Amino acid sequence: METSKSQAVQDYEKLVREISPKSAVLYNSVKAFFVGGTICAAAQLLYNFFEGRGFSRDDTGLLVAAVLIAAAVLLTALRIYDRLAKFAGAGTIVPITGFANSIAAPAIEHKKEGMILGLGAKMFVIAGPVIVYGTVTSVIVGLIYYFMK
Amino acid sequence: MKHFGESSVKFANPPSILGAAAIVGPKEGEGPLAKYFDKVSHDILFGKDTWEQAESELMRQTIETAVRKAGLPMKAINYILAGDLLNQNSGSIYGARSFERPFFGLFGACSAMGMGLTLGAMLIDGGFAENVVANASSHFCGAEKTFRFPLELGTQRTPTASWTVTGDGAAVISANGKGPYITAATTGAIVDLGQKDVNNMGAAMAPAAADVIAKHFGDLSLANDYYDVIATGDLGKYGNKLLVQLLQKQGLHFGDSLTDCGMLIYDAERQDVHAGGSGCGCCAAVLAGYFLNKIRSGEMKKLLFVPTGALHSVVTIQQGETIPATAHAVAIEAALPHFSE
Repeated sequence: METSKSQAVQDYEKLVREISPKSAVLYNSVKAFFVGGTICAAAQLLYNFFEGRGFSRDDTGLLVAAVLIAAAVLLTALRIYDRLAKFAGAGTIVPITGFANSIAAPAIEHKKEGMILGLGAKMFVIAGPVIVYGTVTSVIVGLIYYFMK
Repeated sequence: MKHFGESSVKFANPPSILGAAAIVGPKEGEGPLAKYFDKVSHDILFGKDTWEQAESELMRQTIETAVRKAGLPMKAINYILAGDLLNQNSGSIYGARSFERPFFGLFGACSAMGMGLTLGAMLIDGGFAENVVANASSHFCGAEKTFRFPLELGTQRTPTASWTVTGDGAAVISANGKGPYITAATTGAIVDLGQKDVNNMGAAMAPAAADVIAKHFGDLSLANDYYDVIATGDLGKYGNKLLVQLLQKQGLHFGDSLTDCGMLIYDAERQDVHAGGSGCGCCAAVLAGYFLNKIRSGEMKKLLFVPTGALHSVVTIQQGETIPATAHAVAIEAALPHFSE
């Protein structure tokens, strides 16, 4: 009985794979490449702009990040970012704007459950893992760097 | 005994659907079935503040409309049977709060309307009630929030993903009336063929639909061409293809008579809904709006209505569990069987 059940599961999995269409990976990658690239190019223009105003290299980097984050949050609130992301996929997820969107979107969605348990607690529901594992990874890399130096 | 075969019942005195109503949201109002719905709300919030309140308001309005169309006062309703997708059935509970009628909350995910019609007809044929309301609702935004991501999060849907219908269908089932009649029902078991992709719910539910349809035909010894239409709930176009294959393996060929409410409610290409519509409200609204009108106008005589439900929770999926599914088959006929023969 067990084997016939697992055979049925395997057969069905094969049928599902046959019938269900796959995402258009190549087409999506091309779109992601161009939109992601455009965001990075815009960031470079911002970088040149701030650098031209006499900001230090560190300050310029921070200013560019701040402007991109603010722009992404604004576009999220205006319901434009999710439409752009539907087209661009990873092209809008990977840059820092995607990170901003992942914090702003749950904040908007859960505001109705209150400022503390709603907005405050749910804000990091998507970005949380990125922060946790980003921090953990940076500690490990930092330790390796420290001992190898 | 009114129980037949493995899991079917035939009603001795088939209850009638005395009145029905369907109310939908803006996107469904742009779909091909728009003209069949009692009301299309252009406000996705239905005049409320939250998605959850919106769904309850949608449910309240739909039941009120259905009971009015049945020509009954709310006091004449003995039971309300209702289900939805929100946690703790809260869409239905808050929606039915103001009616002050005996209430059974149903959980069968998107198969809720099938459960409601079956149990309602059983209550009536069993002599425990004269009039019962069966209802199912869903709201796109509430479902996204509960099961997927915040609306404004930038994501891409896979080709097999479906679109949760903002809609509600309510049917007033009664011991009195001249049809359409609920003549028989087959209750689905929980079927799990190991699917794990929550973005391909049609694949998870197709085996449950195949199982209950095969049992219905077997238990009641029906010919393959008995029904004019066999409509599953929300398998979508890929789930529908899988169902056709699964049924063929059992020697059941239905051809064009086999369709899916999730394929009917939207124009998949134009409205960009990928596999089609889903949610408790999908088949409930298509039944209450479209199919019951077709039966009343005489264009359709016999319908097998098969709402399908994926019974997983967000937690079980995160823990690596597969998606169990179910489906319930309800036979709805314009005339009583022994009258037509």
